[in-house]
Amino acid sequence: MKRTNATLSGEDLRRRLNAVEASVRLYDAEPLALDSGARFGPVDVAYQTYGRLNAAKSNAVVVCHALTGDHYAALPHPVTGKSGWWSSLIGPGRVIDTDRYFVVCSNVLGGCMGTTGPKSADPATGEPYMLGFPVITVADMVRVQVKLLDHLGIAQAFAAIGGSMGGMQVLEWASRYPERVFCALPVATCARYSAQNIAFDEVGRQAIMADPEWCGGRYLLEGRNPHKGLAVARMAAHITYLSETALTRKFGRKLQDREKIGYGFDADFEVESYLRHQGSTFVERFDANSYLYITRAMDYFDMPGEHDGHLSHAFRHTPVHFCVVSFSSDWLFPTRDSQAIVRALNAAAASVSFVEVQSDKGHDAFLLDEPEFHDTVAGFLAGMAERRGLSFATEED
Amino acid sequence: MAAAANHSATGIRIDLKIISEMVEDGSRVLDVGCGDGELLAFLQARRHADGRGMELSMSGVQRAVARGLAVIQGDADTDLADYPDGAFDYVILSKTLQATHNPRAVVEQMLRIGRHAIVSFPNFAHWRTRLDLLLHGRMPVNDLLPYSWYETPNIHFCTIRDFTDLCRDLGVRVKDSLALDAAGEVQRFTADSRWANLLAVDAVFLLEK
Repeated sequence: MKRTNATLSGEDLRRRLNAVEASVRLYDAEPLALDSGARFGPVDVAYQTYGRLNAAKSNAVVVCHALTGDHYAALPHPVTGKSGWWSSLIGPGRVIDTDRYFVVCSNVLGGCMGTTGPKSADPATGEPYMLGFPVITVADMVRVQVKLLDHLGIAQAFAAIGGSMGGMQVLEWASRYPERVFCALPVATCARYSAQNIAFDEVGRQAIMADPEWCGGRYLLEGRNPHKGLAVARMAAHITYLSETALTRKFGRKLQDREKIGYGFDADFEVESYLRHQGSTFVERFDANSYLYITRAMDYFDMPGEHDGHLSHAFRHTPVHFCVVSFSSDWLFPTRDSQAIVRALNAAAASVSFVEVQSDKGHDAFLLDEPEFHDTVAGFLAGMAERRGLSFATEED
Repeated sequence: MAAAANHSATGIRIDLKIISEMVEDGSRVLDVGCGDGELLAFLQARRHADGRGMELSMSGVQRAVARGLAVIQGDADTDLADYPDGAFDYVILSKTLQATHNPRAVVEQMLRIGRHAIVSFPNFAHWRTRLDLLLHGRMPVNDLLPYSWYETPNIHFCTIRDFTDLCRDLGVRVKDSLALDAAGEVQRFTADSRWANLLAVDAVFLLEK
């Protein structure tokens, strides 16, 4: 389990990752049949790959991103310039070792970083879809990812991994396409989106729609941008990604650039300033309508509901090997959500491993440098690779 | 949790080897308190078992998962309830019973979710323990029972006779029972054997509902 922590940058990183940035048009001839009953196409999919696909095409790792993530999992983000959202996990010698695995990460359906979403142009009219974009589900996102794997000629991915909404996608992969994935790592996620989570999403959506700049969803045509509403949505959501302990440790009641409180509504407190910053940087890289559609997809996520209330029926006779991970201070996707998944998998006689990582960093922990989480994933992947008969000829750097 | 970590020629702890010999080939097995998965790995390799594990400590779970084993972090006292009836051919509890809060409920759960239960535990009626207590008047601390009373995880020690009584109370059939003496020799004994209760360091029971 040797791992390198050397931070590469720019071209060096791109080369060492063997990074490929690409886009492919899918569902051009035959449209995608959505859960809603609508048929939709074509779908452009923006994706990145790292590492090399082996001759047997058996070493692919599908990485699924969360609500506001994208396919810049290991490469720096083009808008923010920040490191890829899972660059601590993915790379040469890292937990998802790009010297061993062929990593595939695509922007989800409905996204705004290159995959077809509400801001994409409808080929029929040349105008952006906006609210004409169909309502999608997490399963619809996964359908597109499976189609991408078809395009790449990969019959079975070695692993699917993702946190939060990425974890929901992983569960859909395993449930709907058990023959297409050997092992699955749903992280900090749930099988049934909770009322509390729907409630937070609704706050975010209402903030966006209350912004006059939203213009009934037609802001792109009006040359406007509901960045205030989207920023508020992000600020509210961001709180749910943290924990009280983490907020107290990071900010406490510390004041922002001042000696004493200002008896006004400026950002007196550091935590306010931090949230405002989170909001304002987010709007630079995210589309408000995408935020509406993707949060809605999460709201609709209810795997037991689709199986007569029995989550175990979603995994009957599954050959997939599971590793479920939760974080102790995550109150957005608490450990009991992961335990419900584990219980259902046990009832379905599935092969399942489960770890609750002790962390006080809240839901965000899955994106952070959490050694116990990383060790668990690395160990599971190594054990599964052995079981799958994957051999890594060029292990040494 | 108790000592007597004698190892057999195959490199596995002797009590684990005895347990593995009670498991039929190709069975579905749950090892409760599986540690780093030593027994599970052995059962999968030698007995072609379809193995699952439960372990309380994260380090144990991580080491087991890294061996490619299906192990979940869980507590025998609370999490066995999550498994459906009859899910396993064997549910194993090796040297963990004495560390559970409610050993009786744990044994009941084991026989609900498994056709058989295999339970091994250190025998508190071993003559050295008896002599220790008789001579010194203190809770025994020795190579077999290495913890002081105030820090031991072993909160529910029992003797072979105690356990036999529990099985009778639960209406559980003892299909097989084996005693290990201090030299690591294995003796088959009958449930009411005074001799075993005096000489056995560890006992292994194969139970059936």
